[in-house]
Amino acid sequence: MGDAVSVSTETLTGAAELRRFLHGLPGVDQVGAEERAARLATRSIKTSAKAYAIDLAISMVDLTTLEGADTPGKVRALCAKAAHPDPADASVPKVAAICVYSDLVAEAVRALEGTGVGVASVATAFPSGRAPLEAKLADTRRAVADGASEIDMVIDRGAFLSGDFQKVFEEIAAIKAECGEVHLKVILETGELVTYDNVRRASWLAMLAGADFIKTSTGKVSPAATLPVTLVMLEAVRDFRARTGRQVGVKPAGGIRTTKDAIKYLVLVNETAGPDWLSPEWFRLGASSVLNDLLMQRRKLTTGVYAGPDYFTLD
Amino acid sequence: MSERLNVSKTYKLYIGGAFPRSESGRSYTVNDAKGGFLANASRASRKDVRDAVVAARKAQPGWAARTPYNRGQILYRVAEMLQGRCGQFTDELRATGLSKSAATTEVEAAIDRWVWYAGWADKLAQVTGTANPVSGPFFNFSTPEPTGVVGIVAPDSPLLGLVSVLAPAIVTGNTTVLVASETAPLPAITLGEVLATSDLPGGVINILTGRRSELAPWLASHMDVNGLDLTGASGDLAVECEKAAAENLKRVLRPVEADQPTDWTAHPGITRMTTFLETKTVWHPVGV
Amino acid sequence: MFEYAPAPESRDIVDIKPSYGLFIDGEFADAEHSFKTVNPATEEVLAEVSEAGAADVDRAVAAARRAYDMVWSKMAGGERAKYLFRIARLIQERSRELAVLESIDNGKPIRESRDVDLPLVAAHFFYYAGWADKLEYAVADPRPLGVAGQVIPWNFPLLMLAWKIAPALACGNTVVLKPAETTPLTALAFADICRQADLPPGVVNIITGAGQTGRALVEHDGVDKVAFTGSTDVGRQIARSVAGTPKRLTLELGGKAANVVFDDAPLDQAVEGIVNGIFFNQGHVCCAGSRLLVQESIAEELLDRLKTRMATLRVGDPLDKNTDIGAINSAAQLNKIRMLSDIGEQEGATRWSPPCELPDRGFWFAPTLFTDVAQSHRIAQDEIFGPVLSVLTFRTPQEAVEKANNTPYGLSAGVWTDKGSRILWMAQRLRAGVVWANTFNKFDPASPFGGYKESGFGREGGRHGLEAYLR
Repeated sequence: MGDAVSVSTETLTGAAELRRFLHGLPGVDQVGAEERAARLATRSIKTSAKAYAIDLAISMVDLTTLEGADTPGKVRALCAKAAHPDPADASVPKVAAICVYSDLVAEAVRALEGTGVGVASVATAFPSGRAPLEAKLADTRRAVADGASEIDMVIDRGAFLSGDFQKVFEEIAAIKAECGEVHLKVILETGELVTYDNVRRASWLAMLAGADFIKTSTGKVSPAATLPVTLVMLEAVRDFRARTGRQVGVKPAGGIRTTKDAIKYLVLVNETAGPDWLSPEWFRLGASSVLNDLLMQRRKLTTGVYAGPDYFTLD
Repeated sequence: MSERLNVSKTYKLYIGGAFPRSESGRSYTVNDAKGGFLANASRASRKDVRDAVVAARKAQPGWAARTPYNRGQILYRVAEMLQGRCGQFTDELRATGLSKSAATTEVEAAIDRWVWYAGWADKLAQVTGTANPVSGPFFNFSTPEPTGVVGIVAPDSPLLGLVSVLAPAIVTGNTTVLVASETAPLPAITLGEVLATSDLPGGVINILTGRRSELAPWLASHMDVNGLDLTGASGDLAVECEKAAAENLKRVLRPVEADQPTDWTAHPGITRMTTFLETKTVWHPVGV
Repeated sequence: MFEYAPAPESRDIVDIKPSYGLFIDGEFADAEHSFKTVNPATEEVLAEVSEAGAADVDRAVAAARRAYDMVWSKMAGGERAKYLFRIARLIQERSRELAVLESIDNGKPIRESRDVDLPLVAAHFFYYAGWADKLEYAVADPRPLGVAGQVIPWNFPLLMLAWKIAPALACGNTVVLKPAETTPLTALAFADICRQADLPPGVVNIITGAGQTGRALVEHDGVDKVAFTGSTDVGRQIARSVAGTPKRLTLELGGKAANVVFDDAPLDQAVEGIVNGIFFNQGHVCCAGSRLLVQESIAEELLDRLKTRMATLRVGDPLDKNTDIGAINSAAQLNKIRMLSDIGEQEGATRWSPPCELPDRGFWFAPTLFTDVAQSHRIAQDEIFGPVLSVLTFRTPQEAVEKANNTPYGLSAGVWTDKGSRILWMAQRLRAGVVWANTFNKFDPASPFGGYKESGFGREGGRHGLEAYLR
């Protein structure tokens, strides 16, 4: 912030330098960070603010299916939902993107043609990231070639935890090069990084290596996204922009199930990174079930009566 | 047999580890119980009070920073020195009117009392400190710390009373300015000589002799004194001092009622130590 | 823009009567004179409250004495405990009502009265309830003192009542308590709780009034113990007035706490700690971290972050659940804050506040930051008791300690650093009764609270808190 030294990938090429930089970041006190997140979670978002937040949240959803059992049919159904979340109400915004495995990208791109909904593909041996770099690059290349607009890669947590920041950095940079113009989201898998200090370092590492977005989790490891983890990442993107001028997005993923949850994240964005991040371009919610809850709450606001799940589609 | 003339002692003040005369140049006559001349004691002035407080303040951080074990050893060393001066104290007490056996008993009790307090140095924090089970992810503990500079108006019990007010104040890390018994000040000055030859750092104990009514109010109103033991004050003087002490919220140990004289041989308990302790509570989050 | 719509807590839950009497010997009775209590957020008059005169104080002390002699001092500790547990439960049951009432009468945000004050009030009674039949494990030969005269301030009306009444009753004393004249309503609601708990008449007496009433109480011959929380000046007067009496005294007075931030601090949490330290409860906190001591090497970065954070503070309607900073408690306090802030400017410090719209009616003061402050400035010395932070810098740990301790007060202090040994080094040297390391403004019934030097003497909370009410 006040520091005039510019940080760029060029100045941090050496492994030792990178390590020194990441360890020089201010620490995160766990109790304080959790307290702050919990306090923001007590914000009471009512009436017009709630209506605004619900529509914003819907537009930020990365509607996700990441199962071994995924089929083209399942993906097509999800795409239909993504483009028209509430068939009964055309005023409902479409979601930001759908998120699928790379082999189903082509199917999704076809299904979403002309809708403006993006197609995000997980890549790089998702979710574990345990594969040779060549395989990760091939995985990415395939998704990009099939028309993915966004790549959600996982970092090598083993390398990170063993202190080989350089390896993590180079892998992200290599995938970014493979992506070209396609947006790269870097999944930190914070549940495996465990400490907030690690989350902050991994956030900076990813941003320095070229991430367009930093994302909490694969959804396959517990805990997935939490408010305090997201808080720490939002602080990181805020500080990174202040230092470098480049804005990076944030995507909590996994564990976001209710409208209440979603709104808490939006409050966190609003009061931490700031309103500049309050758009699908800069903030996403990786989730699936939350969408129907958002729709139900939306209908309550428009009709004044509580809705029931039978009136919303399951895809 | 030709009598040899004794070399008699000049009783002076004890300030900052040295034995100055009162800056005022004054002294007053101290007589024995039968009215016979014993000595001219220094009659300290408000400026001596001021100097003594400066000395006590200067010595305080260093004394408090000693390890409790070290303070305990230093106090024990004082007891060793007291024991060596047994005869002198007995003589001085007899001059105040005590029988030989009563004087001996009091000196022994005084030494034992000093030893008792010496042993508290590295234990009191375990008795008065606490680990506090707060409802949250915090490590929270309370520890006693010395109040700072304590002014003491000593009682007339010339030795046992004297050590019983002095030892508890310093063993915890406070430093003191003591106004000795007006009528029987000599054991206090002799105690000063004991202290000067022990390992007690100069300034930890400062002893003034003179008029209580003249000195105590200056001590009570001094804004760089943090605690005030009024055990040796009574009546209007005690009230005046307590009111003056309110100005900077000194911790005050009040005199007991005049009609209930303190039994200095009774078990003292820990109140005299805890009155001049502050409880500090420290919080820290527990996290990774 | 994500604008938070108003989210007011409902006022319907409280039923403020047009007038209140004094609670003496289990009954409410009107006094000859009365005064008005107002909502500081709107200046609306809330109720007429009795002003206890000398004769009323006499009656209250006599009632407390009778209850002490006849009932409370003779009651088994286990029975006293059950009354206190019962009170704790009643407070929990009525906590929303009490929180709303507190915010209306005091001006503090409902988020704080709901999430901080009321939970701590109930916890305090619950904690000391359990001590009532275990006192012999706390002190040798525990004996109550008798009648306690207690005078409390307006910043945490019900919480300060709990801090006074819970340990006093647990130890077997009876009490006459005077709440502050600007915030009497929750204490009067507490009187009702005493009745619901079937507490024997006279064990708790609540007399309302201003300084005169307080003086009559602490100077009353029938009082064995005086406990006061408030300004150092009044504390001094009380210490003087009890001189020469057998009354026992504990005082919890002012402060000018240093919040020390080192260059290796967890910065985002430090910023929260600074904000919580000075803007919690509008800065009406005796242990507020009103002096920020920041290591010069990170001063600029920290202040940038702090200003960004301050810009998100929401000032306004105390009953709005999203309000961070409520109303200043009274016109008098507002004047004092304004006066000292103006002096800060005149003395050459740089004043800054985030853009924030203040309501037209009521007493309001924007969160304010002073930089370029020196120890010699009055805003670095005087307790402002408002949302005003003075920022000073230091170069070394030694200098930080020296500046932190360079005050006649000694209530609390904060330290922020990631280095464990430095925390302990600092904690040892800071002359303050409470040291918050990598946190600030934390309270708990089990944690002793109280000051060094002119911040008073005696401790409230924890085992130490019992000593103030036992012989």
